[in-house]
Amino acid sequence: MKGNYDKAFENVVRLRVMSILMVNDEFDFNSFKELLDVTDGNLASHLKNLEKQEYISVAKSFLGRKPLTNYSATAQGKAAFQDHLEFLENLIKENKP
Amino acid sequence: MRKPEQELAEIKSMMERSTRFLTLSGLSGILAGTYALIAAGIAYTWIYYPELPYGSNIDKISEDGIVGKLMITALIVLLLSIGTAWVMSQNNSKKKATKFWTPASKRFIQALFIPVAIGGIFCLALVSRGHLAVVAPATLIFYGLGLLNASHFTHNDIKYLGYCQLALGVISAFLPGFGLLLWSLGFGVMHVIYGAMMYYKYDR
Repeated sequence: MKGNYDKAFENVVRLRVMSILMVNDEFDFNSFKELLDVTDGNLASHLKNLEKQEYISVAKSFLGRKPLTNYSATAQGKAAFQDHLEFLENLIKENKP
Repeated sequence: MRKPEQELAEIKSMMERSTRFLTLSGLSGILAGTYALIAAGIAYTWIYYPELPYGSNIDKISEDGIVGKLMITALIVLLLSIGTAWVMSQNNSKKKATKFWTPASKRFIQALFIPVAIGGIFCLALVSRGHLAVVAPATLIFYGLGLLNASHFTHNDIKYLGYCQLALGVISAFLPGFGLLLWSLGFGVMHVIYGAMMYYKYDR
């Protein structure tokens, strides 16, 4: 079967984070928090997880005095997400009578 | 594992919500169109009355300070429309329990207003050099380009409003006497129609 079911995207928060980063060059922590409606700690741990797998990269900077943490998808992360998508699409195709 | 269809729907919804500004209020479009029609009516009484609002009466625009009055009216319509859209879209966001100020809404505003602002400055140049007959087409064309540009960051339907403005702008460029008429069609009637369609499709 084509594609690959990626355990990294089993969790819905991580799946959503990666979906957002596929279509946005970068996205910051607070915007994630608002859009996904999750707590700081929960979001941070999922972001950390994706970062550890080198699916996303982190850039810290300052906007005035406020710290700004921007995330973007790595080439590796994008490829893994594509694989995951392909798996889901094939699964749907195969289950069709 | 969740159902794959559900999973894909989730992905699609996240991609849309993170890139598109989806709470632009339809009602504010109707109101913006109404302001434009009222202003066009006022402009008609200044320029053409009691004749019909088309033909070659364009020379009359150069009379006693009428250009200044027209520009102030246009500015008031612009500010009222933006203000209405702003407030009503904010309410819309609250109603749908989403945030108003997001990366998506910022991109939408930027995409729309860069062409519109440049167009506005360009129109000031046209006025100052006396090319009054092409001001109405220029506002329609720059606004149409702005809408087309912004359509990537909101409901895709706004693209068609953009095409309409562009078509009216180009037609108006070749028919100088019909500027006011085509301007009220574009900024007035089209906004009312589009706003009503958006309201019925997304806001109810």
